[in-house]
Amino acid sequence: MNYVLLPSLLAILVSAWSAVVCAAPPRDMLPPAEVSAPEHNAVTAERVALGQTLFFDPRLSASGWISCASCHNPGQGWSDGLPTMLGHGMKAGERNTPTILNSAFLPLLMWDGRFRTLEEQALGPIEAAGEMNMKLDEMVARVRSIPGYAPMFADAYPGEGINSETVAKAVASYERTIVSSGTSPFDDWVRGDEKALSAGARRGYELFNGKGNCVACHSGWAFTDGGFHNIGLDAGPGGVADNGRHEVLPLASMKGAFKTPTLRDVALSAPYMRDGRYDTLREVVEHYNRGGDSKENLSPEMRPLNLSDQEIDDLVAFMGALTDRRPAKVVYPQLPAAVDAAALAEAQRRYAPRDASAGAASGDPRIGSDQRIAQGRD
Amino acid sequence: MPGVFFKTVFPATILVGAMSAAEAAEVVVDQKDKQFSTSAVTVKVGDTVKFQNNDSVSHNLFSLSDTKTFDLGTFPNGESREVQFEQPGVVDVECAIHPTMKLKIAIEE
Repeated sequence: MNYVLLPSLLAILVSAWSAVVCAAPPRDMLPPAEVSAPEHNAVTAERVALGQTLFFDPRLSASGWISCASCHNPGQGWSDGLPTMLGHGMKAGERNTPTILNSAFLPLLMWDGRFRTLEEQALGPIEAAGEMNMKLDEMVARVRSIPGYAPMFADAYPGEGINSETVAKAVASYERTIVSSGTSPFDDWVRGDEKALSAGARRGYELFNGKGNCVACHSGWAFTDGGFHNIGLDAGPGGVADNGRHEVLPLASMKGAFKTPTLRDVALSAPYMRDGRYDTLREVVEHYNRGGDSKENLSPEMRPLNLSDQEIDDLVAFMGALTDRRPAKVVYPQLPAAVDAAALAEAQRRYAPRDASAGAASGDPRIGSDQRIAQGRD
Repeated sequence: MPGVFFKTVFPATILVGAMSAAEAAEVVVDQKDKQFSTSAVTVKVGDTVKFQNNDSVSHNLFSLSDTKTFDLGTFPNGESREVQFEQPGVVDVECAIHPTMKLKIAIEE
């Protein structure tokens, strides 16, 4: 037995094994540097500033108390820390508020995928009776009545006026900046910092892609395929059945199927699942370990996993390593002050939309070129 | 592996099947990495498209197009489903589970 060669050989084998089995993921697992936007709504600093102001403005709701940020709170992982959302009149809704982090990259929005673009989605909660409960024409009238908004819209969307379309475009532009910053321990590990991830989180990553089969749905840099799966949630403690995607796309496989959320910053947006039934990521992993609770129309990717306690801890540690350490700073905007008649008249005079035809016809410079307002519905 | 062949040699492989006296063809479209092997394919009336799942996950292909509406149900790796197109027109095929998967089938006379 060669006592010199054997330990050296062993050391080489262990290093090689570590490099191969626990190798850092490829660079395409980092958040992309660019966010794409539609041609009619390229992202500009003015649009982001306007969109952020609207996002945080509770005057877009009927009660004057609920803004987009009320439920999508930047301080709580862009969610609200509640099992299900609270809307108009403090009434609880049936679904958990999803994070909006990285929603700019999703093909479809909402738990049931009912909206195709951020622009479409922005108006949904404003007019939904159980959320902000505000008719769109009244919302627009309210925004127009606030003098400080007129120059912001003129800068962001010159000549387009203040209407539900420009409101939606501005909010969407702001949401295109709510993306992962690539500063999580996982990202550092991808970039080559071998010490960035704990041993448990590394083991968790292996389980995520192997025995846990999480990657079947939580794939790619954002850890979501943007797809719809029934993961075996039964009616739950509240006894509320929810058909999810089936309400929008009535195919058999979509009964009880919900959109895969991103796992970036997931540790910040408890509670979890479509009805917020799990307070901790450990409970989430235990759900998958059981293979779900309801077997009705269960996704073929779901199965009992036989994970040990240690393996569950490792998966939780890995998901914790997906939290950005230096997220983009969110500065709460100063909302423009409420109605001041003189200031309003001045703003109307200076910032009347360039398309004078509709304005001239109505005699009211506040009316923009968007005729849909006249129909009371956008 | 069939998946590699389809991806590197042809976007869609044409196989002649013994369908009928008129030379109806079978076109194979592959699914892998949550994508179709091609984004568009043209066939003739009477041809069949065979959707082969070579992916690590299941897919549920469907069409809501007037030309031909269908729901192939969920099928896993190794399985395939076939659809014969009897009318000219355009059919948009998607996966219900993975909304980024889109395939346009043009059916010509």
